[in-house]
Amino acid sequence: MTAAFRRGPLAAVLVLGYLFLYAPIVSLIVYSFNASRLVTVWAGFSTRWYGELIDNGAIRDAAWLSLEIAALAASLAVVLGTAAGFALARRRRFGGRNLFIFMVTAPLVMPEVITGLSLLLLFVALEDWFGWPAGRGVDTIVLAHATFGMAFVAVIVQARLAAFDRSLEEAALDLGARPWKVLLVITLPLIAPSLVTGWLLAFTLSLDDLVIASFVSGPASTTLPMVIFSSVRLGVSPQINALATIFVAVVSALVLVASWLTLRRSRGCDQAV
Amino acid sequence: MPVLNVNPGNYALLLGDSLYIRAYLNSLAFAAFATVLCLLLGYPMAYAIALAPRRWRNPLLMLVILPFWTSFLIRVYAWIGLLKTNGLINNLLLASGLVDQPLPLLNNAFSVELALVYSYLPFMVLPLYATLERMDPALLEAAADLGCRPLRAFLAVTLPLSLPGIAAGCLLVFIPAVGEFVIPDLLGGPDTLMIGKVLWDEFFTNRDWPVASAVAIAMLVLLVAPIALAQRALRHAEGTA
Repeated sequence: MTAAFRRGPLAAVLVLGYLFLYAPIVSLIVYSFNASRLVTVWAGFSTRWYGELIDNGAIRDAAWLSLEIAALAASLAVVLGTAAGFALARRRRFGGRNLFIFMVTAPLVMPEVITGLSLLLLFVALEDWFGWPAGRGVDTIVLAHATFGMAFVAVIVQARLAAFDRSLEEAALDLGARPWKVLLVITLPLIAPSLVTGWLLAFTLSLDDLVIASFVSGPASTTLPMVIFSSVRLGVSPQINALATIFVAVVSALVLVASWLTLRRSRGCDQAV
Repeated sequence: MPVLNVNPGNYALLLGDSLYIRAYLNSLAFAAFATVLCLLLGYPMAYAIALAPRRWRNPLLMLVILPFWTSFLIRVYAWIGLLKTNGLINNLLLASGLVDQPLPLLNNAFSVELALVYSYLPFMVLPLYATLERMDPALLEAAADLGCRPLRAFLAVTLPLSLPGIAAGCLLVFIPAVGEFVIPDLLGGPDTLMIGKVLWDEFFTNRDWPVASAVAIAMLVLLVAPIALAQRALRHAEGTA
């Protein structure tokens, strides 16, 4: 196989690709420790912007609100997305299955401006007809984020169920367990890692979303991306650099822990086999 | 509001005003070009990862995904500091004597295209890697045994077999790129109007919900076929596992 390709140029492109992906992030991290406000001058090491960031009430409030919204939306998305994933994987035939697949997975690729505007129009129409949701705010953002988070969870759960060994379920059924019990005791614990992945993905997407939240938010519900957006629209802001560094640090730590856990588990499996 | 007055005038407005048509064509051109560039950069990256020793593959792939887990908004914003007239890249170019005057890198087609490629590159690499990684190396060995040169083996064996990944990756880049708002807003200029930004401005600046909705529907009509194709390509790319 080694003769069939040349590794050198490929590896070079790979390194270039990583440089391209990481150069902007690294530059933000470096400038977050710059004493000067300007990106043009390096005025020495300083943690001044981290101090200002922590004292910034608007960013702190928005961060808490965003975390709260993301946790709620991700939990709702896991419940709905798991149900949808089961329908996709286990019900091979039902009326409108293709339409259902299209509707569930459309948010994966739909431009956010379309999703945001259409959800807003839906919420406004619902309020007109039923008086709910009354006005727009945290509730509507949670619902909107759960809607597109659900699509990701559904796809992940479906993929997991497609590779699922059903003999365990059948054994439990043979031994007299009721279907609900099988679901709770056998199926859900076995697919739990995909539920966790789905939750984390929905959580991150919610935390990251500017466009959809802007459409469906109300006056008292300013999320973190909205605060970041209005401040970076005015130009480079050192506090945002500090915030970005914290983001990167937290995400890298989580990813390292997650891959360490996966590695340990897969090694455990190898030994078991 | 429950009383609906049908007014096709909003669509007539879209067709009548060259601003909308231009924004449409711009979006399509920017997205198509970004897709091609992502493919040209993403294919060798995915291929290199797929050919790497097995224990390196997951960490290498993780490095592609990692930026995706950090804020999209902040990653786009990071380019402002790099591309500004007195930003890092221009300072380096001036200091090295390659240019006498700072290059105009920000708020033009260059910066928008660059950020599109930057933001959507992982969406190209992942499905490509998924199909390339599954390819049976015996096929290439057979081709080599039969006297096939590496380039020809790539064109005759690898490339056709990775078509599902190429299709999935291209659609995953193209569709969201057409409707992109953050990038043309933060890094764009007067001549980089894109339809996502037009929709945003109609809604938030002009407060014209009907026209914003008409823009959204027009965009959706344009994208519904690619979206259906993308879903099929994704199922295909996964289903061949």
